[in-house]
Amino acid sequence: MPNMNLKKTAMPEQDAKERAANFKEVALGYEEAMALEEASRCLNCKHQPCVAGCPVNVQIPEFIELVKKGDFLGAYAKIRETNSLPAVCGRVCPQETQCEERCVRGIKGEPVGIGRLERFVADYAMAHGEAPARTAPSNGKKVAVIGSGPAGVTCAGDLAKLGYEVTIFEALHTPGGVLSYGIPEFRLPKELVRREIEGVCKLGVELKTNMVVGKCVSLDELMQEEGYSAIFIGTGAGLPSFMRIPGENLSGVYSANEFLTRINLMKAYQFPETDTPVRVGKSVAVVGGGNVAMDAARCAKRMGAENVYIVYRRSEAEMPARREEVHHAREEGIDFRLLCNPVAIHGDEKGFVTCVDCVEMELGEPDASGRRRPVVKPGSEFTLQVDTVVIAIGTSPNPLIRNTTPGLKTEKWGGIIVDEHGETSREYVYAGGDAVSGAATVILAMGAGKIAAAAIHEKLSK
Amino acid sequence: MYRILKKRTLSPNVKLMAVDAPHVAKKALAGQFIMLRVDETGERIPLTIADYDRQTGAVTIIFQEVGKTTKLLGTLEEGDSLADFVGPLGVPSHFEGVKHAAVIGGGLGTAIAYPQAKALKEHGAKVDMIVGFRNRELIMLEDEFAAASDRLYVATDDGSNGRKGFVSDVLRELLEAGETYDLVVAIGPVMMMKVVSDLTRPYGIRTVVSMNSIMVDGTGMCGCCRLTVGGETKFACVDGPDFDGHQVDFDEALRRGAMYRKEEAESLGRHVCRLTGEVRNA
Repeated sequence: MPNMNLKKTAMPEQDAKERAANFKEVALGYEEAMALEEASRCLNCKHQPCVAGCPVNVQIPEFIELVKKGDFLGAYAKIRETNSLPAVCGRVCPQETQCEERCVRGIKGEPVGIGRLERFVADYAMAHGEAPARTAPSNGKKVAVIGSGPAGVTCAGDLAKLGYEVTIFEALHTPGGVLSYGIPEFRLPKELVRREIEGVCKLGVELKTNMVVGKCVSLDELMQEEGYSAIFIGTGAGLPSFMRIPGENLSGVYSANEFLTRINLMKAYQFPETDTPVRVGKSVAVVGGGNVAMDAARCAKRMGAENVYIVYRRSEAEMPARREEVHHAREEGIDFRLLCNPVAIHGDEKGFVTCVDCVEMELGEPDASGRRRPVVKPGSEFTLQVDTVVIAIGTSPNPLIRNTTPGLKTEKWGGIIVDEHGETSREYVYAGGDAVSGAATVILAMGAGKIAAAAIHEKLSK
Repeated sequence: MYRILKKRTLSPNVKLMAVDAPHVAKKALAGQFIMLRVDETGERIPLTIADYDRQTGAVTIIFQEVGKTTKLLGTLEEGDSLADFVGPLGVPSHFEGVKHAAVIGGGLGTAIAYPQAKALKEHGAKVDMIVGFRNRELIMLEDEFAAASDRLYVATDDGSNGRKGFVSDVLRELLEAGETYDLVVAIGPVMMMKVVSDLTRPYGIRTVVSMNSIMVDGTGMCGCCRLTVGGETKFACVDGPDFDGHQVDFDEALRRGAMYRKEEAESLGRHVCRLTGEVRNA
């Protein structure tokens, strides 16, 4: 008999007050008994609506059946068949708009906690099992993957499983892309990212860090001189956007990329044990309403800021951030200033931020994105006293590869143009993830990496 | 890991290292830089490529020991390795068609100006090199500078070696005496680059400065190195590091460069032994 409880088995979390002062993981994960209880809520539907909601096609009912039997390592192997990064996806995927949104149990009550179960299985396997080693014999064909973020790692893992000799080129000193520099430790522990990528390397993928493709080697050289038969570009959307308002170059104004890179990748929260500092101050305004803005605000709080504001020009309903992230941020004491927009930042004589002028907004007619366009409320100017401003209004693809690859077609805003198989305007060159779509989610990037891997395989098998 | 092939002390606080990095050496050009990390807890710092050898794969950097990272770097010896070494980054300098150039370096900037002088000479330009140091003790690479230039002017702030004064004083005299240049390259402290740019503005001489902004990734990702050039925000890492000196907002660059003074002192204070002055890690 399935467990007909309408609610998901609760996930233990660190207390909000306590966690707002440390960088340890917020959600603590299921114990075995909780996982068994939650798994028993799955009806194992024949038509598997959840699987259709998963960009990497995880065989959800099948892995949950294995969880029900207590075969957690078997469940892990089942997930790994189609997903190279289960511990990551179990934590940062927006399940509420994907697999769980389609769960039959969600019609009346809460859907099965698929993400929580995936996380449990992945963590169990990391503690008790070994990552699967390479099984496919080499087919002798070399494929280069540019970028070791979710798209690149997924593409590399899938191709290695098919027998390709895959090399990942990463520009930074640590692999993982946004998983390493962007998403904070308290949402996605870096040790876990390291181990997930190690797991992909075990499939036979070679990883080269400190390689800025486009600078030390071009795509054409990789193909013509180094013998790669195909290339996948998964370089993400790393270029930060600024607001173009007065005072944006004052000391104490950060792009979210810089703020998060200092804290996550360079471990500024351990300064001076580590060498990279970050200035946070007493009051911080984070501009934006996405997951990145939530991450920056919650990092600022953990770095000791007393007042942390989210300044967002639309209302909560339009916020692109996950509900769960907004909820966590509120619990930790982040002050939401919605329907507000900064217009100018002011500084002292030494150039450090002292305050930011804002205006209140109201929502007008829907714009091109379908969301109601915010318009300035006349006479609504006010000032927030802050030491730090973090601009988290989005990113666009880095121009390095498109500037050094003749014939590679891109959109005006920089996104690489691909067909439905992920192939670019250059034959044998594929792309996917944020480099194509602009800033989106980890799982969509993984889905794109997967599609491209299949297409590369088909092309090179002809 | 990136092995140190050669180490030389150029002046009491300035050291030269050749590092084994074939993929950087293969593509490096004058004006570009690398990012390095000494060890696992280290910060990423940008350093200009002073020289490269495509055959041996060696890339030369020259640095002044000013903060924790550069002091720690200075303690490494030949045979030791760096955790990370990335490049070549930034846009190479463009010197096509230059006939007569003044290449000006101040302090450590002289070492960074040197490859520019060399590149200009290789492009067939006549090169006057003006280098300045605080005192005689700190003078370095004099033979190399002489070889890379047609005329070399060495100035010291205190007059302990030949000419007393700043590099900008030497340039001013040359310009006032009627010397004509179609390019001035100024590399060194921000204040020096500002003064030189102000000096050449009325003469309308194209003036290129190399901005040594604070960087984190060095690939266009963080925007820490941003500066205002001609009213527009630019990133030193991907749009530079060379910029038109007549367009750069130097006052803003000075303020941004001082942003982490307090933290830099804290980091250094924590790592330098008060007894021996040696740097220790963690």
